[in-house]
Amino acid sequence: MPTQSRFRTFLAFPVGLLISMSGCANKPDTTPQGSQPRSTATGTPIVIGEYGSTTGLTSTFGLSTDHGIEMAVDAINASGGINGHPLKVDLKDDEGKPDEALSVVRLLISQDNVTAILGEVASKSSIAAAPECNSKMVPMISPSSTNVKVTQVGPYIFRACFIDPFQGTAAAKFVMNDLHLKNVAIMTDAANDYSTGLTSAFEKNYTILGGHIVLTQSYTAGDVDFKAQLLAIKAKNPDLLYVPGYYGDVGPMARQAREIGLTIPMMGGDGWDSPKLVEGAGGPGQALEGSYFTDHYAVSNPDPAGKKFVETYKLEYHEDPDALAAMGYDAVGVLADAIKRTGTPANGDFASKQYRSKLRDAIATTKNFQGVTGNITIGPDRNAIKPLVVLQIHGKDFNFVSRVNPD
Amino acid sequence: MHELAAQIVNGIQLGSIYALIALGYTMVYGVLKLINFAHGDVYMVGAYTGLGAIFVLDKLKIRANSAPEAILVLIITMIVCGALGYFIEQAAYRPLRSRAWVAPSIFLGGAFGYISWQVAADANRNPASCGSIAFVVAISIALLLRKTQSNRSARVSPRLTALITAIGVSLFLENFGVLPQVFGSDQRFILFSLPSNFRLDGIAIDLPTVMIFAVSFVLMGLLTFVVTRTKIGKAIRAVSFDADAASLMGINTDRVTSITFVLGAALAGAAGVMVTGVTGTSFTPYVGLMPGVKAFIAAVLGGIGSIPGALIGGLIMGLAETMVVAYGSNVGIPSTYRDAVAFFILIVILLVRPSGILGKYTPEKV
Repeated sequence: MPTQSRFRTFLAFPVGLLISMSGCANKPDTTPQGSQPRSTATGTPIVIGEYGSTTGLTSTFGLSTDHGIEMAVDAINASGGINGHPLKVDLKDDEGKPDEALSVVRLLISQDNVTAILGEVASKSSIAAAPECNSKMVPMISPSSTNVKVTQVGPYIFRACFIDPFQGTAAAKFVMNDLHLKNVAIMTDAANDYSTGLTSAFEKNYTILGGHIVLTQSYTAGDVDFKAQLLAIKAKNPDLLYVPGYYGDVGPMARQAREIGLTIPMMGGDGWDSPKLVEGAGGPGQALEGSYFTDHYAVSNPDPAGKKFVETYKLEYHEDPDALAAMGYDAVGVLADAIKRTGTPANGDFASKQYRSKLRDAIATTKNFQGVTGNITIGPDRNAIKPLVVLQIHGKDFNFVSRVNPD
Repeated sequence: MHELAAQIVNGIQLGSIYALIALGYTMVYGVLKLINFAHGDVYMVGAYTGLGAIFVLDKLKIRANSAPEAILVLIITMIVCGALGYFIEQAAYRPLRSRAWVAPSIFLGGAFGYISWQVAADANRNPASCGSIAFVVAISIALLLRKTQSNRSARVSPRLTALITAIGVSLFLENFGVLPQVFGSDQRFILFSLPSNFRLDGIAIDLPTVMIFAVSFVLMGLLTFVVTRTKIGKAIRAVSFDADAASLMGINTDRVTSITFVLGAALAGAAGVMVTGVTGTSFTPYVGLMPGVKAFIAAVLGGIGSIPGALIGGLIMGLAETMVVAYGSNVGIPSTYRDAVAFFILIVILLVRPSGILGKYTPEKV
């Protein structure tokens, strides 16, 4: 009766395995979609597409941005929508993969017939999906992709944030003029447009300011070992390590740096902005204590609009909003402002070619829009012209250090 | 001089990581001549099991915050992953070798039932019907397998089938793991709170480095002991040499195969929890991909099927990568080329010794 006994063994195994798996199961954040916003707008809804990484290697980017977008949409709908028309967001997850981003954007345009599209955070994904939006003439606003190439795709592609050269330049100025450090080493993710963009802007401007780049090393996202590069960097005795990468790699890298005795401060860009950054670095007060990064906005923003945003966000999601949430909020603001200025189309179709092209022109002429991350003006290159902040990591918090205004 | 010494220590650490993963590859290949592509994914399950074990230990308040805790987590992970290995073998590989339909049907039925139960629970629907979904799936797979398998004798599937099944298992584990109800695709970290480094003649050698090296050495020793000195080891070697003859001598080849898979999976799980826990790097359900490829190359480099070969291959890979990063820029090779150089070494060694450094060259008998 071998079959019989095998049968019993097998009854035990799947059950045990599945129980053990459910132990580490992770419930995704549930967006408060069940509680329908108290909408007073009664017109036909204006559908906005959103694509982002709500799962995957950069999942906190997508989730935070989505929280910001949902909040902005709820606020607009609660106050009567745009000219009586409520906004409706159609969110698609791209798992943080560029090819997936392109295919979900295709779906948004061809199936869901959206008026405009918001996304992505990661420049790589935005660059992959932007050509589709541009060729189908659907306005796309990236809330926080900072790589230069994103908006160079074409006239329909905008962003609500600054670009890497500004971020890299500001970081170089900060290291030279505020920290007075003259020797910097760089760790760059050679396969990432965002990282290489920041690196080249930093290198160029830091050298112009009289600084010295002692060594540039590269890593690949997901590496388990950074010590080889870090040891080579340590041998050159730099004063600061510039790491324009994403939070998932920066935390472990900082930890490994401290393990080999490299104790210099580190500096990065807005890719560091995640609650998981400090977790990966060994917790509050550990490897990244005292390090700096450039970002779109600070939670300790004294501006009243910003304050109100932080309070509402905390009420809704029980945590401090990161910059990406704020950028998502402002991206909706810029878009809604442009829709308002475009007016309601005569035939009531918010997704027609004529309407989208008018909307494009309205977005392009955005001037001094009062956002929670500062005043946003869309420049001639379809990039937002706005200030940047430098933050310092202290415990779990990112503290405001200084503000850098655009030239 | 110190930098060179520190880089060598680091290269050995990275090499030990590769060696640790390569051991399981080599072990399974040695016995079954099967390249187990699911190995890297068991490594991933190992990382998550370690995370779960730490969570449970925390709940039970036995977190010792030290190396003993890491060892305890390691042992738990090896047991869980060993069980998973046994189960994978029963559900996916055994049906290829002999008539088996019970295990695969229960496995797939259970998986479907579990997923639908979770989905129903998430959607606030009554999850009661999921039992029937599981039952229907299990019964239909069972009927299908019985029908197809009654027409053929045992041991018919060619080796390629097993290889493709291994790829299937790998994809299954990744994509099952990525479901939000299972592991989810969020990045996770394991952080062993190990004491900080001690110094040896001015070179910082940290406990993590020592631990990874020690664990791979101890596991390699254990494995060698099991294979060469025990009765079951003798049976494993016999099956590896000639499975048909071994079965004629009264060795239960199915059982030996199962044990091989259990050992291989336990080793992969150990690697998963040690590497992610000690280096502190983040992981997702796709984390096994790159270490899996690198370790496979290390195994081939050392001579696949040879246990000391896995260690040698791993160390060569680790040191080569580290040296490229450390000194490559002096001779015009940027650190971006670390993987390229490692793979180049593989090609060169395979050109000189096609069966790897310690591999046995066996000419095809015609």
